[in-house]
Amino acid sequence: MSGTPHSTLGADEIRARVTTFLLRHIRRPELRDDENIFALGFVNSLFAMQLVMFVEQEFGVAVENDDLEIDNFSTVAAIAALVERKTAAR
Amino acid sequence: MTIRKVGVVGAGVMGAGLAQDLAQTGHEVVLVDLSEGVLERARGEMTNNIRLRMMFGKGAKGEPPAQVLGRVRFTTDYGLLGDSDFVVENVTEKWDIKREVYGRLEEVCATACVFAANTSAIPITRIASATRRPAQVVGMHFMNPVPLKQTVEVIRGFHTSDETLETARGLLAGMNKTCVVVNDSPGFVSNRVLMLTINEAIFLLQEGVATAEDIDGIFKSCFGHKMGPLETADLIGLDTILFSVEVLYESFNDGKYRPCPLLKKMVDAGLHGRKSGRGFYTY
Repeated sequence: MSGTPHSTLGADEIRARVTTFLLRHIRRPELRDDENIFALGFVNSLFAMQLVMFVEQEFGVAVENDDLEIDNFSTVAAIAALVERKTAAR
Repeated sequence: MTIRKVGVVGAGVMGAGLAQDLAQTGHEVVLVDLSEGVLERARGEMTNNIRLRMMFGKGAKGEPPAQVLGRVRFTTDYGLLGDSDFVVENVTEKWDIKREVYGRLEEVCATACVFAANTSAIPITRIASATRRPAQVVGMHFMNPVPLKQTVEVIRGFHTSDETLETARGLLAGMNKTCVVVNDSPGFVSNRVLMLTINEAIFLLQEGVATAEDIDGIFKSCFGHKMGPLETADLIGLDTILFSVEVLYESFNDGKYRPCPLLKKMVDAGLHGRKSGRGFYTY
């Protein structure tokens, strides 16, 4: 749980960290990579900003205005893909 | 009267939300708080909320944070309210604090300026008595989060003029909001019922009748409410809930408004809800 950038993180590790974070906030034993956390009602829209801040702090990336699309944050796979894009661009 | 510049006093949860909403609807805003730290936190919250709105905007993203916040002056100087057409006060729900704030506003604001108290329980007629312009004082009970709530409970104090009510309606129209006007009474309509509901829900929790999740679940699943009373309390802030219940208790001198001991204990323990990271739930 450090706030330092992890330029060498693999896709599996990114997904694992995102899943761990989400499972702390939803009352479910497990979460599939393709489950839409907003559509399934696991979290409400107020949670979205906590999620954005988590992504920024955990992976040391800056979520730009253009990245602020709900589709980028709806599933573990989408969040991990965003993080990979941002770390690759860094 | 066209309202160009709006003063917002108090940069807590409500003040920040209101300043953001006003700026997003094109108003020039002066946001005043005594604490630089509170102003900084407000700026951060407003930035995050604007980003959140962009996220759910589906193409129509609206203005980015820098542009919206460009219309907001963050300051600790009451003097900058001198050319505001309308001032909304959102300070702590404590009479001594409010009275002092209205004294200052009276000194710095233009004579034509309207004062709106965004209070949750303190009577508007009492607030007006702390000014020399009681006809220009009105209650405007905005709901949280301000940018998402389209209707405001507007309270007509004993001396509030029709003109002042029209000015308040005009400001709300400029924010794409409507209002329901009610007469002055402690807690008005909304909080007399809501605060008592929340307080009673806390008694249920204290007595072990049900868990927080189950209490809220009944309101959501059975009554179709979007949020249960304890989640709502966490959103509003438990400190504010306690102040409001105390105001009702003092105003009516009726034991049915006695604050639940568990509520007092949680406030003393710093469990103020969402804004402090923990209340009935952990955030």
